[in-house]
Amino acid sequence: MLAYVIRRVIYGVGVVFGVLLFLFVLFFTVTSPDDVARKALGERVPPAVIEQWKANHGYDRPLFPGPGAWTENMLFEHYRRMLTFDFGRSDADDTPIVERIRRGMGPSLTLTLPLFILSLGVAIPLSLLVAFFRETYIDRLGVVISVLAMSVSILLYIIGAQYLVGRILHWFPISGFDSDPQLIIRFLALPLLVGIMAGIGGDVRFYRTVFLEESNTDYVRTARAKGCGEGRIMARHVFRNSLIPLLTRVILAIPFLFMGSLLLESFFGIPGLGAITVDAIQGNDFSVLRTMVYIGSLLFVFGQIVTDLSYGLVDPRVRLE
Amino acid sequence: MESHILSNSVVAILVAGACGLVLAARRSRMWSAAFAEIWSRRRLALCVIGGYVLIALLDSVAWVGGLEGGQDAVARHQAQSVIDRLFADFQERSYSAPLADTEFYGGAPLRHPGQHLLGTDLIGRDVLYLSLKGARVALLIGGLTSLFAIPLALLFGVPAGYFGGRLDDVVFFVMSTLASMPGLLLLIALIMVLGKSTLAICFALAVTGWVGFCRVSRGETLKLRELEYVSAARALGVSQGRILLRHILPNLMHLVIITFVLMFSGLVLSEAILSWLGIGVDGSWGQMIDQARNELSRDPVVWWNVAAAGGALFGLILAVNFVGDALRDTLDPRTVREAE
Repeated sequence: MLAYVIRRVIYGVGVVFGVLLFLFVLFFTVTSPDDVARKALGERVPPAVIEQWKANHGYDRPLFPGPGAWTENMLFEHYRRMLTFDFGRSDADDTPIVERIRRGMGPSLTLTLPLFILSLGVAIPLSLLVAFFRETYIDRLGVVISVLAMSVSILLYIIGAQYLVGRILHWFPISGFDSDPQLIIRFLALPLLVGIMAGIGGDVRFYRTVFLEESNTDYVRTARAKGCGEGRIMARHVFRNSLIPLLTRVILAIPFLFMGSLLLESFFGIPGLGAITVDAIQGNDFSVLRTMVYIGSLLFVFGQIVTDLSYGLVDPRVRLE
Repeated sequence: MESHILSNSVVAILVAGACGLVLAARRSRMWSAAFAEIWSRRRLALCVIGGYVLIALLDSVAWVGGLEGGQDAVARHQAQSVIDRLFADFQERSYSAPLADTEFYGGAPLRHPGQHLLGTDLIGRDVLYLSLKGARVALLIGGLTSLFAIPLALLFGVPAGYFGGRLDDVVFFVMSTLASMPGLLLLIALIMVLGKSTLAICFALAVTGWVGFCRVSRGETLKLRELEYVSAARALGVSQGRILLRHILPNLMHLVIITFVLMFSGLVLSEAILSWLGIGVDGSWGQMIDQARNELSRDPVVWWNVAAAGGALFGLILAVNFVGDALRDTLDPRTVREAE
């Protein structure tokens, strides 16, 4: 068990190093620091200004290790900064990136955490219901509605909801954020609703397949043969044994809650990490984008290790070796 | 080479390729039975997809000249597609509602009263025309990206599964590295670095999209490698390359088709999100939706732009999703789901 954990962690570290190498190739060799400087300062600036800007942002070293510069190069710097969470200053407006991320995580979580729990709370009962009525019209209707819901672009959900609530119903403010817990619910209502709507089609369809797969197993037939009620079969046999495939999806989603939601946050004016990322994209801010990709993959690798370990807890048949 | 000649020859190649595929599929009992079943189950959805493909092809066949008169002198010297020609000289000056006789704001009379089925946009372009042109962009995004991603996935996945060992370790490591980066962010980062051309966007979509299929093809090859007929081929002294090409690859074809269809709708929806972030493909439905966002806050509301683009997008994705489901049920109910 311990050996497995250690091996798993080492592999995870390897993947993180691979991600960092990929990011280096993308952000330092495909676009050179000179390109980045020109994007930040404008096309027509004297070379001296560009050199000054590169020095200020720590981009003035040679790219690759060479004689006399084994540690004084961008590749080494890139790894050192990322691994020590010293992300430096934004290319676009010189604010410290760590500070921004710290401020953005709170608002992001106030959106994504309730969204995650509510989505699960809606999708799992619904898909259990659909799976319970398998091969009837209710099931077929459920599948058709899921496919319909999946086929609508999330942009349309957002635009539609903002239009409906903002112009016709006037129930909630259509955008904005407040740290006061009483007001926050009013601001979050609409993004939560849109988030659930946009995800529910795919979720129900996925969970339904998982439940159906489990319903066709031998022990479910045995339970039915000995006179176990259908409701009880669903709750005790099918649902509990479906936990493993569910767990993979659920645990892997948790790390990304910290990343916020790109679309929901920027549309609904929530100052979280998603909105920060969108600002970075629109302002050509490579340093922030790079950092967000890195943090995202760090969280993903962590989530994956936790998932693998949790199999052993949920399913006694799984031995981690 | 001029772009319209390139686009015409691509159409010719596509049509020829499609005919060849149909002939090849008809000769094989398995494929013709599978397609007959899908046709009987999803006739409407297949017809809808066929309609979109037809519009896209009509928009790709272009030639210069043949246009007389009209306001737009520039257009007469550029290559115009069949769709362009149908809507030649159909411009208004500003917004007009569907089938309206006057401009939406101000009420000045239109040049073509009552003829714009879906109205016109801010600078007076016919919305039906723009929506039809979007079909080509959407199919290009889905098709071109799959053209990058599927061969790439097979190129790495099949040898990794077949030979195993070091090669497998390396491919698996690359896959886990790419898969661990958040998809949308990686996509955006690639596009910002590579530029915003259609080709760069499709390439970026392919880089983020090939991993899933690579994993499926690797897993399936692992299974096929152990089957008797492969061992028999090996015992008879068939070369490795020939085993891969003749005995492994044809048995992955059903997965290629399923993946292509399932990937397609995701790609087109991703492009809509990219458009909203300002890095989409020109002329896509995503861009129309993006441009139409502010129109909903006007008073009175300009709704036909977003409705037309959204409807066109929804129709295509829905049809593709329905066909994809049927394909998966018919060709392979098990393998693809495992990879999700």
